[in-house]
Amino acid sequence: MSQATQEQTVDDDGVIDSVSGPVVTATDLGARMNDVVYVGEEGLMGEVIEIEGNVTTIQVYEETSDVAPGEPVENTGEPLTVDLGPGMLDTIYDGVQRPLDVLESQMGAFLDRGVDAPGIDLEKTWTFTPAVEEGDEVSAGDVVGTVDETVSIEHKVLVPPGYEGGTVESIEEGEFTVEETVTTLSSGEEIKMRQEWPVREARPTVEKQTPTKPLVSGQRILDGLFPLAKGGTAAIPGPFGSGKTVTQQSLAKFADADIVVYVGCGERGNEMTEVIDDFPELPDPQSGNPLMARTCLIANTSNMPVAARESCVYTGITIAEYYRDMGYDVALMADSTSRWAEAMREISSRLEEMPGEEGYPAYLAARLSEFYERAGYFVNANGTEGSISVIGAVSPPGGDFSEPVTQNTLRIVKTFWALDSDLAERRHFPAINWDESYSLYRNQLDPWFEAEIDADWSETRQWAIDTLDEEGELQEIVQLVGKDALPDDQRLTLEVARYLREAWLQQNAFHDVDRYCPPEKTFQILTAIKAFNDEAFAALEAGVPVDEITTIDAAPRLNRIATTPDDEAEAFVADLTDEIESQLQEQY
Amino acid sequence: MKEYQTITEISGPLVFVETDEPIGYDEIVDIETPSGEIRRGQVLEAASGYVAIQVFEGTDGIDQDSSVRFLGETMKMPVTEELLGRVLDGSGDPIDGGPDIVPEERHDIVGAAINPTAREYPEEFIQTGVSAIDGMNTLVRGQKLPIFSASGLPHNELALQIARQATVPEEASDEEGDDEESEFAVVFGAMGITAEEANEFMDDFERTGALERSVVFMNLADDPAVERTVTPRMVLTTAEYLAFEKDYHVLVILTDMTNYCEALREIGAAREEVPGRRGYPGYMYTDLAQIYERAGRIDGREGSVTQIPILTMPGDDETHPIPDLTGYITEGQIYVDRALNSQDVSPPINVLPSLSRLMDDGIGEGLTREDHADVSDQLYAAYAEGQDLRDLVNIVGREALSESDNRYLDFADRFETELIDQGGHTDREIDETLDIAWELLSMLPETELNRIDEELIEEYYVGGAESEPVEAAAD
Ligand SMILES: Nc1ncnc2c1ncn2[C@@H]1O[C@H](COP(=O)(O)OP(=O)(O)OP(=O)(O)O)[C@@H](O)[C@H]1O
Ligand SMILES: [Mg+2]
Repeated sequence: MSQATQEQTVDDDGVIDSVSGPVVTATDLGARMNDVVYVGEEGLMGEVIEIEGNVTTIQVYEETSDVAPGEPVENTGEPLTVDLGPGMLDTIYDGVQRPLDVLESQMGAFLDRGVDAPGIDLEKTWTFTPAVEEGDEVSAGDVVGTVDETVSIEHKVLVPPGYEGGTVESIEEGEFTVEETVTTLSSGEEIKMRQEWPVREARPTVEKQTPTKPLVSGQRILDGLFPLAKGGTAAIPGPFGSGKTVTQQSLAKFADADIVVYVGCGERGNEMTEVIDDFPELPDPQSGNPLMARTCLIANTSNMPVAARESCVYTGITIAEYYRDMGYDVALMADSTSRWAEAMREISSRLEEMPGEEGYPAYLAARLSEFYERAGYFVNANGTEGSISVIGAVSPPGGDFSEPVTQNTLRIVKTFWALDSDLAERRHFPAINWDESYSLYRNQLDPWFEAEIDADWSETRQWAIDTLDEEGELQEIVQLVGKDALPDDQRLTLEVARYLREAWLQQNAFHDVDRYCPPEKTFQILTAIKAFNDEAFAALEAGVPVDEITTIDAAPRLNRIATTPDDEAEAFVADLTDEIESQLQEQY
Repeated sequence: MKEYQTITEISGPLVFVETDEPIGYDEIVDIETPSGEIRRGQVLEAASGYVAIQVFEGTDGIDQDSSVRFLGETMKMPVTEELLGRVLDGSGDPIDGGPDIVPEERHDIVGAAINPTAREYPEEFIQTGVSAIDGMNTLVRGQKLPIFSASGLPHNELALQIARQATVPEEASDEEGDDEESEFAVVFGAMGITAEEANEFMDDFERTGALERSVVFMNLADDPAVERTVTPRMVLTTAEYLAFEKDYHVLVILTDMTNYCEALREIGAAREEVPGRRGYPGYMYTDLAQIYERAGRIDGREGSVTQIPILTMPGDDETHPIPDLTGYITEGQIYVDRALNSQDVSPPINVLPSLSRLMDDGIGEGLTREDHADVSDQLYAAYAEGQDLRDLVNIVGREALSESDNRYLDFADRFETELIDQGGHTDREIDETLDIAWELLSMLPETELNRIDEELIEEYYVGGAESEPVEAAAD
């Protein structure tokens, strides 16, 4: 919501009737549902969420201390919108798209209230390069020109959705602010670099397609076992401290998306600070440019107003859709969707709505699915293809996945990365449980991995899954009788599975090399372990006792591949497999 | 000032008053009982025609003839550096018989959120002298790291040991380049603890001379429960003032957050709100976040607020909403464990479920030691393995286990007795902690230390070559 729209204030102002936390009621306010209003003497921003007779209920996006009945409420007559245009990347917003750095310069280190700021800088000029000529026909969604928004991203200036379109009457290269007209059409319509869009409404596309390309994450367990598609949806539920945020941040850093929208929804201030500090320094593994150049951050931390927490996921996904319209692959992380659901619950209970399961409003499931529905692989109005992948963290109370937010999310998303406190306790990270997790995209993505990485991709993966399954079964026996009671071949399987867990599935997000693993290397490590497996079983066949096989000193070096620099990994693996082979063959 | 004698309803901690002028949400109220006593309250709901007031000091003695004065402002804490050395009640009034407090400023107790762009990421190592914390769950300046405990366990002793021993070693603070070291202060908030527990703290503060650089807020078990909802806000307002305006490094200890949450529940019930999980208010996450998030550092300011809230888990249940919501907000947690305590391990910290999320940036070369992160990881993995085997050994006995399994069992035992069980008055340097860790890790063959960089193993592994006598010669 921007100051630019403030002039349109209509004369339907009302008066505050009651104040209870973030919920304010007003009388005599001529407003529609979801209109944005300014509340009280200080003009606190709010949104109409219920109308009953003459009484309008408003959720206020700022603290309401000291606000009293009798104070005015002013209607803007507009729904909650975001400003879209160049300047959103390399920026951090609060839940209603106020740039936090601008707020800091206006009110210092602590967030005060009653301050508004446009979502994009209205004064800054950008170099506009036309993509069409006078006389060309354009319609809604078409690209009329481009702007170098950051070193990584060329921003496309689009004919806004809903425009009638026509022939280009004037267009010129030059320096413009986002509010200046860059193109006029025969229809009389003027195109500016800035457009607005109501956050609760999906931007239009032509069609949604089945995703067939992976969002390569650089995380072995994800790419290797539970891949996410570009345009896919994933949920990552887990108890506190199990690794949701670290995983989301790793994805934001290393996933091969063009644009990343990172929504910190009701979580910690320091986590956002960490992103603000790290991302400008870290290189994007695809382009080598600073990560921040492709990133838009939205931070509504747990201590910021709860109503703005409710809206922050919508602000995020609308920005994601706008870049999707340009033909980009966008990845959106929401940490945590549970805090968003709780914000709904809090507002709903103040409205005294009939509570559903565990106090959540009955529309919880509908809201969640509407949100995830905005993800997908799309054909845009301008003919380009673009995607939005959504990865939502879920924070179930007590780590119990049977609660409503987890359950309703699982009904919608196609990838499930289940975090496990037991793995986290023993510092097996990422603590993603390989038994419980799944990806329904696996089969449709296999052709890509087989073409781009290795023809044996899916076959080798299946071997890994089988070995891990077998380990799971054997572990149950071991817990009763001890490892030594097992026959040799089963003990060897346990040893191989241990390497799968420690050398392949584990990945240290804080190690300079290990934190990002290209899919080629993911495959190399796996084949090295498989090679050990095959040689070891051959040795066992030949009569070598399992204790001698497992104590060869080359095998533990499998654990070192992950931390070997990517460009040395291939040679390292080749040497290592040779050595394993010769050490084992020496024994028979 | 607006004054009314129009109380219409009194219900638990709540009083409803008819009004004919607008009253602000959150505004402060004085209620005078017929016997002349003054009770403090706060507006919970402001409607035209009436307001709902939450009374901090209990509603007993209030009747419909009591007069209600609206003070026209939200609740404030008078702050000044002179608060250091003072003991106050849970609402911030002195109870130590000292002089009145002459405030330098009066701050709203509902602190505004720190803008994430203005925060400085916490990464300055605080050495607590406790191996389980320094070595494996490192605390840094500006962190919020709660102690998860349960009734009858020595969490207070642990908090006191930390408060006594906490220092920032030379190297770590030199890194920052600040010449004049900022001073250290403790702001202590007691909520509903017993007089005996309170004495334990006060005695220790007095004996060690810590009181001079402390501000103590006391709401005891027999003080009004509703007052507890303001105590932590008073505490943190004072802490923020000392940290961000007077450059102190402030350690905030809040005990017991469980009592605070019970008070929240009581108010929620009185307001007939739809309860959330196990009867606690649905907004408890947000409420707790507004307390815990008031820790941190701010760009360009010297001081810091570090929080160690203590909570006792009802029924030792970590999935109970109080520890659960806390864990979701704080930057890790330290578990005090009943089983270790009954084995006389002191401090009885169970490291496995414990965590410090800000550890990674606060340790390593130039901060603590180059091997710190790897050693910690390996200790976790090895101790977890040993713990698993303990279950098994109960079934099959030690003889049925392999040599390697037996090594892990021994490791787990020595880990508890040598690293964790240091005693409540031993203050260990981080180097000492890490050296003990290497002693223990060297019980395992070098090849099993797969979390540790090979160069570091070479440098620190105790015993080196002779621990592996078999291999080379055999072939
Ligand atoms: N891949 C990883 N590599 C190394 N450490 C990790 C990894 N994932 C998680 N961790 C460790 O686990 C800790 C907790 O992770 P994280 O903060 O992501 O938890 P969370 O699930 O987001 O918890 P919360 O719900 O409380 O926010 C981290 O601080 C880090 O120490
Ligand atoms: Mg998290």
